[in-house]
Amino acid sequence: MRDKRILEIKDLHVHFRVYEGISKVIDGVSLYIKKGERVGLVGETGCGKTVTIKTLMGILKIPPAIIPIGEAFLDGQDILKMSKKKLLQIKGTEISMIFQDPMNALNPVFTIGEQFYDVIRFAQNRLKKKEKLSKEGIYNKMISALREVRLPDPERITNNYPLELSGGMRQRVLIAMALVNNPKLLIADEPGTALDVTIQAQILDLMNNLVETKGISVLLVTHNLGVIRETTERVYIMYGGQLVETAPTNIFFEKPRHPYTQGLISSVPRFSGGKFAKGIPGTIPDYFKAPSGCRFHPRCNQAMPICSKIKPPLKMLESEHYIACYLYGESNNKNE
Amino acid sequence: MENQIIRMNNNLLSVKNLIKHFSIRAGFFQQPIGYIRAVEDVSFNVNKGEIFGLVGESGSGKSTIGKILVKIYKPTKGTVLFKGKDITKLTKEDLSFFKKEVQIVFQDPKSSLNPRRSIRSTLEDPLIVHNIAKNNSEREKIISNLLKMVELSPNYMYKYPSSLSGGQRQRVAIARALTVNPSFIVLDEPTSALDVSVQAKIIHLLQGLQKEFNLSYLFISHDLSLVRTMAKKTAVMYLGRICEIAPTEKIFSMPIHPYTRTLISSVPVIFEEERKAKPPKQSCGGEIPSPVNPPSGCAFHPRCTISSEVCSKKIPDLLKVSEDHFVRCHHVSINK
Repeated sequence: MRDKRILEIKDLHVHFRVYEGISKVIDGVSLYIKKGERVGLVGETGCGKTVTIKTLMGILKIPPAIIPIGEAFLDGQDILKMSKKKLLQIKGTEISMIFQDPMNALNPVFTIGEQFYDVIRFAQNRLKKKEKLSKEGIYNKMISALREVRLPDPERITNNYPLELSGGMRQRVLIAMALVNNPKLLIADEPGTALDVTIQAQILDLMNNLVETKGISVLLVTHNLGVIRETTERVYIMYGGQLVETAPTNIFFEKPRHPYTQGLISSVPRFSGGKFAKGIPGTIPDYFKAPSGCRFHPRCNQAMPICSKIKPPLKMLESEHYIACYLYGESNNKNE
Repeated sequence: MENQIIRMNNNLLSVKNLIKHFSIRAGFFQQPIGYIRAVEDVSFNVNKGEIFGLVGESGSGKSTIGKILVKIYKPTKGTVLFKGKDITKLTKEDLSFFKKEVQIVFQDPKSSLNPRRSIRSTLEDPLIVHNIAKNNSEREKIISNLLKMVELSPNYMYKYPSSLSGGQRQRVAIARALTVNPSFIVLDEPTSALDVSVQAKIIHLLQGLQKEFNLSYLFISHDLSLVRTMAKKTAVMYLGRICEIAPTEKIFSMPIHPYTRTLISSVPVIFEEERKAKPPKQSCGGEIPSPVNPPSGCAFHPRCTISSEVCSKKIPDLLKVSEDHFVRCHHVSINK
């Protein structure tokens, strides 16, 4: 049962057609999430994380975006080929999202109760008339959801406007909203970044507990490697719109293989003090003139002639540890 | 006696009982209706060539202190001595000297650089104001040297901030601080807007410059791992007060204040060795109270696990634990 894939993206390409030309942002991303699994998607600013999840949520503006190739199956249905009406139905009920900034994700002119009510009522549209909840039922469901995220005095909070709550409380409300309809997949876009460390620790603990008890799959998108380490089971690393490595989290941090991943991990300042690497030379690629082949090759210190010619395919090293790099392969095992 | 004199000479900046309250005004006559107690009774010393770390969550008053030190804000009470002179009572000549000696680098280079001025024009102003270079060609020479110092090509002189990446902009902001050859720089979260691999480069640059010119830094950050690698001494702040101050090694190896412990144990870390270095996870409930109306007694007592009756009544003093380790807690002996 656990091996069932809730989400499967196959060879996704996303381009943007703008005045300056065509910006080829996402270049062949494939990933999957199993039922109940917590998966991390890591990458630095501008690597295409946000575009990937926007595509999944169907909130990517088309045009200017174009999706020339690609499939994204949510529980067997292709999101990219869905009608708008169908897509609207699954948003918030089968797939939901927690945004980075809790300050901007809530509407300031409605109370928490009004916004929350809509979220639950909307999900009722798909049900038959008999199964629908009454007004009171919706209210009770809302209160219990707010209690689940350990908000004190939920009855009072429903009458509050977002600006009357602190950042941590707003993020709790958003988590409650995202999980109230028991979605199959939760996309969390940097859920703790806008918060302080002690609050971030509370929020991540809370999210993990809820997700585990409800058996919801999570795609956690972040650039904070510490958060990835403490919350996910498997991780995908993106660079310049390509996936460069994927592995179970503990293996990934112990034995990073791709030159980019190695550079990234060694750049993190150690909590135990001491020296850390000097970062990765160069800057992220310009998507209008994206480097051919492996997009990391201009910054890579182990680049070979083939790297600039053909995009390296994802190769399996161990079970669930895949890497897109010519340094590792059948013919070249000396690095292992 | 001799020892004392050496210490006196070595002392660059000393802050004594600094207090900053912002008044909240409302109504037609803009009468003050309350005060934001941003900084309450803060004292510390920074020696020549030393990096002093200031850690705390948002709203703890760390940035306010930084801004007081560069005379953006006026302190409500207390003194700040720079090279033995009170910075609030400087003569015109002393002020000009002070402005050459003390500089600041802000968190967000996007908003701290003027988008309508070229890099050259931004870097040129201090040279003209302080009469450092006589003519145009001399200024140009100094500017290209400055850009080389921050590892940028001199061609960047003619560019505008919009065509630079975040890391490059922050390098320009650092170059701007260096134009007047300061001896003390306030670094207000200089890397929190940057990616890890870029952050690593900027931190190495700052460390290199510090050694080269024997600079002193006030390093303000919420990232504990960074403070650990950068600072020699560290003060932890909570709601405007310093709750623990000690050499950085001691803060991390034997934190005593319950807030410091919570803060350190909340940091998400990556490596096994770091997990071992961390104290066992201590979550604290609740949120950071508002500085408008802070809790009575010790500001941390509503969230503290070991608080007792005295904590809510009396503000604890900064108690000496060992020669250079001070803690503001009533229960120092329990924690030790």
